[in-house]
Amino acid sequence: MVSRILETPVWEVVDSIAHEEVTAEEYTAATLERIKKVEPKVHAYIAVIEEPSLTKAREIDKKIKRNENTGRLAGLPIAIKDNICVKDVKTTCASRTLENFVAPYNATVIERILSEDGLIIGKTNLDEFAMGTSTEYSYFGPTRNPWDTSRVPGGSSGGSAAAVAGFEASLALGSDTGGSVRSPASFCSIVGLKPTYGAVSRYGLVSFANSLEQIGPFARDVRSCALLMDCIDGYDARDSTSSNRVLGQFTDCFDESTSGLRIGVPREFFEEGVQEAVLKTVWGVIHRLEELGLKYKETSLPMIKYALPAYYIIAMSEASSNLARYDGLRYGFRVPDRSLNWNDVFSKNRRQGFGAEVRRRIMLGTYALSAGYFDQYYLKAQKIRTLIKRNFDAAFKKFDILLAPSMPVLPFRMGERLKDPLALYMCDIDTVPANLAGIPSISIPGGVYQGLPVGVQVMAPPFREDILFRAGQLIEESTKIDKTVGEFTYV
Amino acid sequence: MSDEVGKIKIGLEVHCQLTSLATKLFCSSPADYRERPPNTNICPVCIGTPGSLPALNRKAVYYATMVALALNFKLSDRMLFFRKNYFYPDMSKNFQITQYDRAGGVPFATDGYIHLDSGKKIRLGRMQLEEDPAKLSYDGTIDSSTKTFVDYNRAGVALIEIVTEPDLKSPREAREFLNKLTSIVEHLGVSDLGLEGSVRCDANISLAGGRRVEVKNISSFKEVERALSFEMTRQKSLTSKGISIAQETRHWDDVRRITISLRVKEEEQDYRYFPEADLVPVVLSKGFIKDVKSDMPELPKERERRFQQEYNLSGETAQVLVKEKGLADFFEDSAKYSKNAREAGSWLAVDLQAFLNEAGKELADLEITPKHIAELVDMVSNAEVSRGAAKTIFLEMLKTSKMPRSIAEEKGLKVIADSKFVEDVTEKVFKENPKAVQDAVKDEKAINFLLGQIMRATRGRVDPAVANRIVREKLSAVKSSE
Repeated sequence: MVSRILETPVWEVVDSIAHEEVTAEEYTAATLERIKKVEPKVHAYIAVIEEPSLTKAREIDKKIKRNENTGRLAGLPIAIKDNICVKDVKTTCASRTLENFVAPYNATVIERILSEDGLIIGKTNLDEFAMGTSTEYSYFGPTRNPWDTSRVPGGSSGGSAAAVAGFEASLALGSDTGGSVRSPASFCSIVGLKPTYGAVSRYGLVSFANSLEQIGPFARDVRSCALLMDCIDGYDARDSTSSNRVLGQFTDCFDESTSGLRIGVPREFFEEGVQEAVLKTVWGVIHRLEELGLKYKETSLPMIKYALPAYYIIAMSEASSNLARYDGLRYGFRVPDRSLNWNDVFSKNRRQGFGAEVRRRIMLGTYALSAGYFDQYYLKAQKIRTLIKRNFDAAFKKFDILLAPSMPVLPFRMGERLKDPLALYMCDIDTVPANLAGIPSISIPGGVYQGLPVGVQVMAPPFREDILFRAGQLIEESTKIDKTVGEFTYV
Repeated sequence: MSDEVGKIKIGLEVHCQLTSLATKLFCSSPADYRERPPNTNICPVCIGTPGSLPALNRKAVYYATMVALALNFKLSDRMLFFRKNYFYPDMSKNFQITQYDRAGGVPFATDGYIHLDSGKKIRLGRMQLEEDPAKLSYDGTIDSSTKTFVDYNRAGVALIEIVTEPDLKSPREAREFLNKLTSIVEHLGVSDLGLEGSVRCDANISLAGGRRVEVKNISSFKEVERALSFEMTRQKSLTSKGISIAQETRHWDDVRRITISLRVKEEEQDYRYFPEADLVPVVLSKGFIKDVKSDMPELPKERERRFQQEYNLSGETAQVLVKEKGLADFFEDSAKYSKNAREAGSWLAVDLQAFLNEAGKELADLEITPKHIAELVDMVSNAEVSRGAAKTIFLEMLKTSKMPRSIAEEKGLKVIADSKFVEDVTEKVFKENPKAVQDAVKDEKAINFLLGQIMRATRGRVDPAVANRIVREKLSAVKSSE
């Protein structure tokens, strides 16, 4: 049985800890207990930070006893995707090449969580360097979906999503380059936000495709997701792409009315390869919103049909450059052979340090940037990206939000798509447009089909995460999914 | 000679560190990396630690804008950075953050120029801002070493790259061009080019009809003329033997003073340039450029003009003095302490230059101060020493750094204006040279011989005016006694 306190919405737990109804130590201990039980089946974590978390929890309890001010995340165990740097802790990116890399500094988001008295409970599993949609491409082995351990949790932030869904953490951070927060949020039936590009500092996030990705929060409910977002967002001088726009407190946005919210349903997101079960569930949500008095209209964003190839060209091109630094010289995996010249050493280190999918993407990206191909691939993809942005700009003149499936498919079986990389890439078809356009997008649990979760994706104009949270809460209330459903969570 | 000169084309690529910055181009590590133990002047950003991101040093943009304006460049309206991708052990990220003029990129500035003294215009194609790589060193020489050491202290230091068109027609012109460039950069105060490694130069050189040869590793401007002269001679002698010149990259070995082939018929390396998305485009607003313009210090050309007006210097002297900021500053300080700035200018522009050239030294190698020059100038103006004696004192002063007055005293070089003493000497000279005295009585011009004898007897220490007066008095006495 999941202990009662773990099932309490996280934003309420903060109050309970502050009012000494439960201590941070008890709550953390309960979480660690849960991790011990669940991890053998799920493998959400690469590393659990046990003792330091308990010590920090005791400090917070003391602070509360002394009536000192505590942060907004005081006593909450938060799981961190293992491509985000936590000082003095290994940051592996689930890669052999960084297997023993200890980060010498904290990512900006980690500094902010710590300053709000959050606890870093562990580092979670991912597809190597966040390249994947199923968390199967990890050097440390795959993560399993807590709703059905024969299935994948989505990815690449599958470890973070599985940890939150399996009550192994209160909250978690992931990163979303082409859907890596929303995909596992959808498959694990939790809330996952990809913020507007520039809303959250990327300093300390190990780059995969730096023009596309953002760090994003996971939670079991929308309000708790907003709480974590409030704590991590905002300008950071160390990330030149971070916006200096002052973002309001998202936890305050729920008081505003959602009536009159104009919903657009973009046709292109419902077409190629979208499973019947997904279509049914998403339309079910749309109709429930209609019953609540909201109006929707079908619309078209014609350039979306080029989004997937454009995304993969840009992401792979950037990856080929971002991952060039893993040559074994300064850190990371190094072949023991010392007689080779540097060129051979670099090649061997990289060949043996990276997994097959990472190597594939580096090769394709290198090719796309090469003289003679640059114009027809990279530049053309950038042009499509501009056109997609314009499509969204136009759509947001007519609609406040766009609603679509998060994933075109239900959580699939482990290994099912490993042999066919393209089939796996196709899973990103509905998530990549938001990354190309830089707009915020959230995945909200939309329903459960034969025991398998289906997520609904809501997209909004840049820096309108507030609308996503409000719409998200409305969906959450209208679907009333029992988060403890499924054989697994009763373990 | 002129015939040969016309056939050579030289283009230069100059890299110059902005050493006056407090921090590196994209992080807060100090820009002053010199004389620190290896790999101690680093941070996650400049060694490319996973997750680190570059943040642009705004002061670097300000300095680069100053340089661009001083070199008559057209500034691009926005600044973009690109990644230049290649694997090399001196690259912390295996790409360099630089600028690019294709694929949607723009250099920092384009179409600048510098005028040589002859009035010839040397076109500067483009200028860009980029990061310096780490420094590699070897166990012995580059070809025999089995180890390479990497020191990231320098990695990420701000560099400006200036690329000329192939307008230079001789190694000497190249040297003059570089001197002008140095003086401008130093006057701007953005860089101390005297620091080891603060400036580097690659040269492209070709003979008419021949292929282009690139010479790398020229680590000081002094070496440029030498390297180019060697390369010019090498190419000419090959051509005269009927051997065609290969397109290649050569390495300047400054110990052996030869160029060695590095890569023959280099295949065009594909750097896969593409935009650096971690840095947002910077717009150089009109207001910003106006601010930079109003903050611009005086440039060599303006200073040359001012020297002529303020200190009454000849055009030639002024031109020589502003060739080096250090020399021009030295002159102004000397002028401050002395009564005759024009005289000070002449000592520094003529006599000092002759000494330095001959000794193969630079002003900075000497220990004299502007006060030395001022004192010497005043001694001449006050007729304390003769001009001839002053030259002796000057050379002694440069060697020993002693003050001119004490040198004059030590060596007994001070002018003697004591009439009694001069009269005695004149008396003696008249006695010894009766024939000359007779001549001088008849012929005015013969006086000079007598004066010369007096100077000789006193080793030039007699005040010429006093000697002249006394000789004439004595001659008229002789005349009237006849």
